[in-house]
Amino acid sequence: MPFAWNLPYMSVFLTMITAILLSVIPGAKRAYWITVCVSAIVTVMSLCFLSFIVKADASYAFTMGKFPAPFGNEIKFGPLQGLLASVFAAVMCLSLLGGRAELFEDVDKKKMGLACVMLNMVLASLLILSYTNDAFTAYVFIEISTIAACALVMIKDSGPTLVATIRYLFMSLLGSGLFLFSIILLYAITGHLLMPQLNESVAKLMESGNYTKVLAMLLGMMTAGLGVKSAMFPFHRWLPDAHGTATTTSSAVLSGLVVKGYAVLLITMYVRVFTLDTVRAFHINDAVFVLGFCGMILGSVQAIRETHAKRMLAYSSVAQLGYVFMGIGLGTKEGVAAACFQILIHAFTKPLLFVSVGRLASTVHHDKQLRALRGTAWQTPLAGIGFGIGALSMVGIPLFGGFAAKVNFATASVFTDTKIVLTLAVLAISSVLNALYYIPAVINIWSIRGEAALPEAGKAKKDLTATAAIILLACGVLFLGVCFTPVMNIIVRGLELM
Amino acid sequence: MLSIIINNRFAIASVILFVTGFVNMMVHPNLIKKIVSFNIMDSATFLMLASRGMIAGRTAAILTDGGANTSLYVNPIPAGLVLTGIVVSVSVSAFSLALVQRIYGTYGTVDMRELLEAMKKKGE
Repeated sequence: MPFAWNLPYMSVFLTMITAILLSVIPGAKRAYWITVCVSAIVTVMSLCFLSFIVKADASYAFTMGKFPAPFGNEIKFGPLQGLLASVFAAVMCLSLLGGRAELFEDVDKKKMGLACVMLNMVLASLLILSYTNDAFTAYVFIEISTIAACALVMIKDSGPTLVATIRYLFMSLLGSGLFLFSIILLYAITGHLLMPQLNESVAKLMESGNYTKVLAMLLGMMTAGLGVKSAMFPFHRWLPDAHGTATTTSSAVLSGLVVKGYAVLLITMYVRVFTLDTVRAFHINDAVFVLGFCGMILGSVQAIRETHAKRMLAYSSVAQLGYVFMGIGLGTKEGVAAACFQILIHAFTKPLLFVSVGRLASTVHHDKQLRALRGTAWQTPLAGIGFGIGALSMVGIPLFGGFAAKVNFATASVFTDTKIVLTLAVLAISSVLNALYYIPAVINIWSIRGEAALPEAGKAKKDLTATAAIILLACGVLFLGVCFTPVMNIIVRGLELM
Repeated sequence: MLSIIINNRFAIASVILFVTGFVNMMVHPNLIKKIVSFNIMDSATFLMLASRGMIAGRTAAILTDGGANTSLYVNPIPAGLVLTGIVVSVSVSAFSLALVQRIYGTYGTVDMRELLEAMKKKGE
């Protein structure tokens, strides 16, 4: 076994060990920089692993513990998992750098170590949700991710964040309860929890026609459970409060990464356990498709009505997750590949927007009302440019990542018999709706701040880490917009090897 | 019909408990009762798992003088999963209760409707 095959396991181990150690290591700055370094190291490890696995053109099941399959525990990784892990770790690192100033202002210094524990646990959960080959391990890390994500919302420790956290927590618990019940049912009818064995058993059940109603029910419960957790319409009501009130780093991590972890797990379960044919046979994908495009439209409509910049971005996340579910709902490999690409591009774009808004708001005493942000881009031009790049990507302007994602969805819809017209129409409507709130927001931040009612905007303090984060996140958006073909090739091959 | 119900009594009980917990968690405004409902929901899944893992006439997989005859024992994995699930459930309950206590300290209520009204009054 080549050494590189150990890197995924080592990256998970490193983040979890760091989380445990940070709970006893004193010093806010020390904890913060250790977390930044660990996420950077995991990024490098994941990129190294990605280059090896792409060259090897293979996927590998890594057995953990004493017992081999079907009794022991496994992680399985291929090109897609390597790519997702690299992006998740990189965006975690950049979100930490981008929101540094606000993080130190919002979080009590004594509690910074605990906040960093949670950030490490979120990263470990995201890695495991991408790598795991065991359904119950996925459940355990879903719950770890829930607690860590809720803690990240409430670290600001204000009344509204506490209420937002409890709403987020209860919706998340409903979702994880549904997921747990579905895997217990699956275990009851198959006797397995490891994904390859589950896949064989499900294939046999489908062939024999036994337990098909139970299979359909549990597949629906699993989809609803993971849908609740990844803010699929109409289960998205918790998201704007949670993502809109949290500190910048938390908002960027939650909106850009955490909700994606559950979507990745749903894709893994669909492709590796049930197969897309089974999902299509029960018409679950049709329900996901309809909820996806409802989310795309209604998320954008609610974003248009918002006057608070971060809540507008949070509603935009609902719309963007709608794209992911629409791609999954197409029920084809091409659709799922397009959904994976959307996950990657949104993972770069939304943190870029949150970090930019955080920087812009720092010039007006952290007032994040759109009206208060008028003209603030002149005080911190780089954040204004970053916001512009993110907004244009969301709208779907060519050469930006969002455009490539939309092209992929349009191309994928061609491979379906019945959904092509609806997909193209929804993509067009959604792009127009995105433009209706993002373009005015860009114009607003670059306008002249002439109104007497607005307080004076101060010059932004120099923040090298935020500058670096905005530049790198913007580079990610542009890279995915220009070089999307090689990335899509890795995703498609990764799905084939899954 | 009756025999089907008797044979699947644990599954039926766990589904009833799960739905009870799920619905209460969705609709009940009291935060403490929501946490209790979540625990009922989780207990339903543990009941389902434990009942499916049990085979009448067999015992727990603990090797004694009887030797390693596998036909004497039940599969230990469901019991292991129930234990793991209980640990997760306890952790989440503890976190939820701590959060509710903090909310009560800030707003003086654990009722979701009153909480939202209190937030409105404070202009949050």
